[in-house]
Amino acid sequence: MKKIKVGILGTGNIGCDLLMKIQKSDILECSLFMGRNLDSKGMKFASENNINISDKSINALIENPELCDIVFDATTASAHKTHAEILKTLDKYTIDLTPSLIGQMCVPMVNGEECLNKKNINMITCGGQATIPIVNAISKIQENIKYIEIAASIASKSAGPGTRANIDEFTQTTKTALSVFSNVANTKAIIILNPAEPPIMMHNTIYFLVDNPNMDKIIQTTYEVEANLKKYIPGYKIIHKPTYQNGYVVVMVQVEGSGDYLPKYSGNLDIITCASVKMAEMYALKRINNERCINI
Amino acid sequence: MKDVLIFDATMRDGSHALKHQLNLDTISKYCKMIDKAGIYTVIVGHGNGLGASSIQIGLAKHSDVEMLQTAKNSLKNTKLGIYMIPGFGTIKDNLIPAIDCGVDVFKIGCHCTEADVMKEHIEYLSNLSKETYGVLMCSHMAEPKRILEEALKIQSYGAKGIILMDSAGALLDEDVRARISLLKEKTNLKIGFHAHNNLGLAISNTLSALECGAEIIDGTTMGFGAGAGNCQLEVVLAILQKKGFMKQINLYNLMDVADEVIAKDLEYKKGINSLITIGGISGVFSAFTEKVKNVAQIYKIDPRDIFVELGKRKVVGGQEDMIIDVAMNLAQKKKKDATSYMIESLL
Repeated sequence: MKKIKVGILGTGNIGCDLLMKIQKSDILECSLFMGRNLDSKGMKFASENNINISDKSINALIENPELCDIVFDATTASAHKTHAEILKTLDKYTIDLTPSLIGQMCVPMVNGEECLNKKNINMITCGGQATIPIVNAISKIQENIKYIEIAASIASKSAGPGTRANIDEFTQTTKTALSVFSNVANTKAIIILNPAEPPIMMHNTIYFLVDNPNMDKIIQTTYEVEANLKKYIPGYKIIHKPTYQNGYVVVMVQVEGSGDYLPKYSGNLDIITCASVKMAEMYALKRINNERCINI
Repeated sequence: MKDVLIFDATMRDGSHALKHQLNLDTISKYCKMIDKAGIYTVIVGHGNGLGASSIQIGLAKHSDVEMLQTAKNSLKNTKLGIYMIPGFGTIKDNLIPAIDCGVDVFKIGCHCTEADVMKEHIEYLSNLSKETYGVLMCSHMAEPKRILEEALKIQSYGAKGIILMDSAGALLDEDVRARISLLKEKTNLKIGFHAHNNLGLAISNTLSALECGAEIIDGTTMGFGAGAGNCQLEVVLAILQKKGFMKQINLYNLMDVADEVIAKDLEYKKGINSLITIGGISGVFSAFTEKVKNVAQIYKIDPRDIFVELGKRKVVGGQEDMIIDVAMNLAQKKKKDATSYMIESLL
């Protein structure tokens, strides 16, 4: 089968995890792995896997724009500001994994199709990817939700320097996304880092403040979402049946990582790389089908 | 001893004891009464700090801004302070409004091993020349050496001082001394200690901290606070005055506030019950107590088992959803085999 070429900006843990997932894909291939330091751990890893690497960062793509059609940006929010302009000019389908919020906010299961028509999509935050599918689905079937809150606990070890430096943006961005995808104005996001050893799995609790909820429908919907998400996030799991207590519905989700480049406790990183690769595959499939139509 | 400052957390930590239902009249009365006692700052807001009003922790009766405005209007001599944990509050939603309310002292806190999440906030405040302190919560959960590493980060971000919180009331005398002495020796920060009384050590631990070089006593009147409460300010100050220190504090004034507002108006009954002791020896955040009681009732299990299990999981401040998670698991286990959990706990 024909494969669509992708480039990865950023050679840290996220970049390497993306690379491993792309290598498993039937319709994607990594044709350019871009960073700044040929001696970095990630660069060496890519090189050992016979991937075309460059230490010229985005300039590598400016010099050879035909090298790929899709670009993942796994650098930082501030770097993405510069990258976004360049990638727009180069007309690349851009999947932004930083919390820059420049492009269209994307949760594949919720608005993936719509995001195929945009040029730059933003993967929000790990807490967003873990909770928005349920928040969106339940807000569609349950009326009069007054308030939604999520609390995401992640292992300290899986929160890199970027996450730590940007915890303020993380909190604010997740909250904004919760409101956008639920049409509930009053929302809140909480993030907690836990340093326990062995590291904890990513744990998310979602609360809905609502009177007289239709629990049967909520439970059914929650498990449907779980089944759909498992198709692209294998470690996604509802750990307790949704309950109603003291006026609010509680849903608890655990995300175990796939264990590709990153350890299994890094469900928070895995969920965002899984979602990003899912979008790249959807885009690639559309492109392959379009080309086929043209050829016929 | 001359430079020791008193940070009064009563209108913040005490909010836990009231399940965050602290009302504006109380804040106003409290601040007016204590204003001439010689306290350095009164910290006001939700029990877990600004932006923490939530289902996860407890919804507050009044917004942080309402509470801060009320306090500001009632304080003339004493600085108004806030506490905030990044991940709950943000610069945009919470710090900027607090600055607008005229807050003078800013305490930014996080779990004791995660100081780098406070970089953005401490730097933001320091750049505005705001008096800022870094706070490390649950300081029993890391070795002194690690606490020092985190303190040095806080120093590099521009904070004026550091406050170690013994959030579970789990530190013993030697633990307090080891931590404070090391910080005193290796940092230039003004050091504070915030005790909890789960094991009855809040006052003696505070005195030990002072002996090792701490210069901020962070406590509450009548010890009003989460779990067993905090270092009781009027008692620790009575001791210090007996030793000939801290004469600038008006002890009768402090006692009057404790009697009139905390004991009479709020009907606070101080004490260490069995659940709070278990919290202390399990090393679990004191603020979990009320929620543990509530959830234990819903799932018909022994609240002490919840504390023991939370301790095993090494939960940190803010992870209140784990109480429900643990309770559901315990309830399921209990259904399967009524005796198995007890036996497992004994092994």
